[in-house]
Formats: sequence, structure tokens, C-alpha cells
Amino acid sequence: MVKERFTFVFSPDTYAKPVTYHLVKDFDLRINILRAEITPGEEGHLLAEIEGEEDNLCRALEFLAAESIEVIPTTKQVTVRQEECVHCGACTAVCFSGAMAMNREEWKMEFRPEKCIVCGLCIEACPLRIISVGFGGGKT
Amino acid sequence: MAKTFAEINAKIKKGEAVVLTAEEVVRMADEQGLKAMAEKVDVVTTATFGPMCSSGAFVNFGHSDPPIKMAKVWLNQVPAYTGIAAVDAYIGATELAEGREDYGGAHVIEELVAGGKIRLKAVAQGTDCYPRKELEGYISKESINEAFLFNPRNAYQNYVAATNSTNRILYTYMGMLLPKFGNVTYSTSGQLSPLLNDPYLRTIGVGTRIFLGGTQGYVAWHGTQHNPGKARGENGVPVGGAGTLSLIGDLKAMTTEYLKAAVFKNYGVSMFVGVGIPIPMLDEDMARFVTVRDREIKTTLLDYGVPGRSRPTLKVVDYEELKSGFVELNGRKVRTAPLSSIFKARRIAVTLKEWIERGEFLLQEPAAPLPADATVKPLDVKELD
Ligand code: SF4
Ligand code: SF4
Repeated sequence: MVKERFTFVFSPDTYAKPVTYHLVKDFDLRINILRAEITPGEEGHLLAEIEGEEDNLCRALEFLAAESIEVIPTTKQVTVRQEECVHCGACTAVCFSGAMAMNREEWKMEFRPEKCIVCGLCIEACPLRIISVGFGGGKT
Repeated sequence: MAKTFAEINAKIKKGEAVVLTAEEVVRMADEQGLKAMAEKVDVVTTATFGPMCSSGAFVNFGHSDPPIKMAKVWLNQVPAYTGIAAVDAYIGATELAEGREDYGGAHVIEELVAGGKIRLKAVAQGTDCYPRKELEGYISKESINEAFLFNPRNAYQNYVAATNSTNRILYTYMGMLLPKFGNVTYSTSGQLSPLLNDPYLRTIGVGTRIFLGGTQGYVAWHGTQHNPGKARGENGVPVGGAGTLSLIGDLKAMTTEYLKAAVFKNYGVSMFVGVGIPIPMLDEDMARFVTVRDREIKTTLLDYGVPGRSRPTLKVVDYEELKSGFVELNGRKVRTAPLSSIFKARRIAVTLKEWIERGEFLLQEPAAPLPADATVKPLDVKELD
């Protein structure tokens, strides 16, 4: 048995697919949904913990890839080089989970890694290029 | 109660001037009333720290032996303009390094300011008086002669807010705009922003001394696309981009804390520039102007999904709404995000205030006013035959 956390990224074309149903029925996995942000017609994100036989999990991931659903393991951690941040807020424009958010008193950008669903959008949005994603749960 | 520049400067020299930031002055007017505030306060400091593409620096490299009349110049592989005297060049913030999308002139300027080594490459045709044809090596701010920032257009007086109606992410200079009105971005510091505190540019003109990139700089001219004729609200504040400034200052004295290269994916390179402008409290009219509040500053929300020059206005919004984190659009709450740093702008306003309080920074009365009736022409070229 293995237990891992993943973020599933849905496009407007794939959000309607009954993914969790297939994961349970076809691959005998146990799914614990931790976060979900899916609005019809937009990109959606689902953060879930998945438990099951390693073999089944592998096949499930292949199935999701074939269905054009992006799967990002949360062992990839997003990190910000905070001391270089100018608090412009550009990253907060794209962070749907609210992990990158402005403190509207001090107008400082505050990063709450526990909310991050590793969608990767902020990495592209930061004009200073100080956000990165790495494997192995580095410091956040 | 009218005060003059000279009277205010006399107080600054004696260390008696009362200086507040544009945010503090609003609170004081609320507590004590406009008239009492206008009597007490001498100078109000304003600031902004946003990406400003129309920025760059003039440098003079000094003469090599044998000398070279540089025809083409690269700094860290970023082309600089050298169609001026032999070893003068202008490095523009948005110019990209050849073959790269994430490194440009702004990075070169930042590295120069930081004291780093910059790789200079120059080629020339060779003349009798400048025989050398090639040169390659390292320079730094210590090794070169002059280096001054000269930005053709900074400190925009207000600017539009942006959103995106299309089905795909738009990568713009207004940041990443998510599909189907997924977000709204805006880029001024609102009530702290320099030209919003002096909407008719009564006290700002050619020669005005300012904070630029961490040191003292000057207003050189009105900026490109200066548009004082833009529609204004009752309080005189333009709704959308209007006045602009051209700024100049000693690059060698600046710091990377207030000059930072920026990369906007699929758009290019720009530069965050820190600008602070002191506004003298000349009379009660100025007192009214400097107490402008976010809710009284309005701008247009445009759909950047429309590729034309005239993007439709979806809504007029004010900065109190924009800064609240959400605006209402088509019956939905849409997330807003700034692109200019209010955190940095506050630091600049406070730093400038401290310089003035310590008597290190005197106000400079403009040598000439900025045009009050300029307009912006579109580019409609005559088709070739
Ligand atoms: S990757 Fe960035 S944008 Fe995406 S959820 Fe995490 S912090 Fe937010
Ligand atoms: S976009 Fe980058 S510099 Fe701007 S607030 Fe976010 S992390 Fe900081």
C-alpha cells in the first residue's frame, strides 16, 4: 500500500469527467479530497490524498495522463526567495488557492505553503523570477 | 495661509518643516480638518514603485587605446544604442539579450548599479582618428565615466485596470490575465501616487527635485504620451492614464532596492523604478489635492482580450474597490491584484520625508511648467504605394 498527495489540473474540456469515480471503481484506490476549486468553463484544481496498491496507482496515473488531466505530486514544493520579494503582488493575481496573498494592511505578499496546490502559475507570473518548484519538499 | 517654495525651504533648512506622507496627511485632515492641516503641514511626500518600460541609461565607457568609434555595442549580450558620440551609448530597459527572453537591458542596469562586472563588446568600421575595430572585456560602474538613468516616460498619472474576456491566459505587461474575467490587475499606488496628488501639475515641472532609484533625481521634461487633456472627475483627478514625466538621475548613486529588473512572461523585460515626489503645501487648493483618497480616484477597467487599440471599457472602478481584493463584474466577484508595490512606495515616501526632515533635500521650484494642453496622437501611417 502507498499513500501520496497529488494536485489534478483540469482544463475547461476535462473538468466534467468523473475522474474520482474511475479511480475508485477501476483502480481500487481510496481518495481523500483535501481541496477543490473547479468552476465550469475554467481551469480547475483538485488536491487529493490517494491510497492504494502501488501497481494500481501507477496504472491510474497513466489513465489520467491519457485523459489529458495533469497530475502534479505535492512532493514538488513551491518556494519563494522571500528576501528578494518586492511585494508587487503579480503572483497573487494568479493564485487561486490563496497561498500567495496580499496582506492589505502592510501590502506585503504572504506565502502560506499549506494552501498551495502546486499549479505553477505564480512561477510564470513573478516578474522577479524568485518563485520555484523543486522535488523533495525543500524549505518553504 | 499661502506659502512659497522659498518659505518652505527656509523651514527645511532650519529643521522645522512639517513633512507627512500622502497617506498620513489624509488621516490628519480627517482628525483635524483640512484648514488646520493645511496650516501645519509644509510638504507631502508621494511615491510609486511599478514596472516602467520607458526607462534606460546613458553611459560613457571612456576611450580605449587605440581608440574606437563604437558602431555596435552589446552589454552582457544586450544591444545598446550607440548612434551618438564614439563611446556614448543608451541601454534601454526592455532590450533583450540576443537569443534570450528573460534577460534584458533592465538586468544590465541592475547589475551595473549593484557594482557587478558587465561584459562589453563593441565593433566599429575603423577610421583614421578611431582606428580600432573590435573591443571586448569587462566594465563596471567604477571603470566607466558617466552613467545616468534617463527615462522618457515614468510616473504615469493613473493607469487603466486590466482583465481578459477570452478563453486563454493572456501574458501582458499588466501581468497574467486569467481566462473569462478570472482576475483584474492594476498598477498605481492610488492615493500615494505622485501625480494623483497634484492633478494639474501645479508644483511639478522641469527641474523638480525628486527621489529616483534611491538617490536624488530630477524631472527632465514632460514624459512621452503626456496627456493632460484626459477626462477628469470633479476633483480634477484624471480617469485613466494622463500626465507623465521624463526623469533623470545619477545611476551610480542609485540602489537595487529601488531599481529592479522585471520579466513578464511572453511579453518581455521591464524595470521596476522607485519614484518619490515632494508636493509643497502652497495653499488650501493644494491641501485638497494632497488629501485625495483611494475612493475618489477612478480608472477604467479594460478588456485586454480585445486586440485593438480601442479596448472597450467594461466599467469605471475606484482604487478603494481595486485595493479591497475584489471588484464586481457582470454580477460576479473578481479577484484583483496590484502590479506596483505599495509596500515599496510607502518606504520611498517615508525615506523622502526623512531626507527633507533632516534638511538633506530641498524643494526645487520648477524652471518651466509642463504643458497643460498636450494631446496624444495615435499612429496611423500612410500606406506605402
Ligand atoms: S503554485 Fe503558486 S499559484 Fe499555484 S497554488 Fe501554489 S502558490 Fe498558488
Ligand atoms: S510576484 Fe514575485 S516579487 Fe511580486 S510579490 Fe510575488 S513573489 Fe514577490
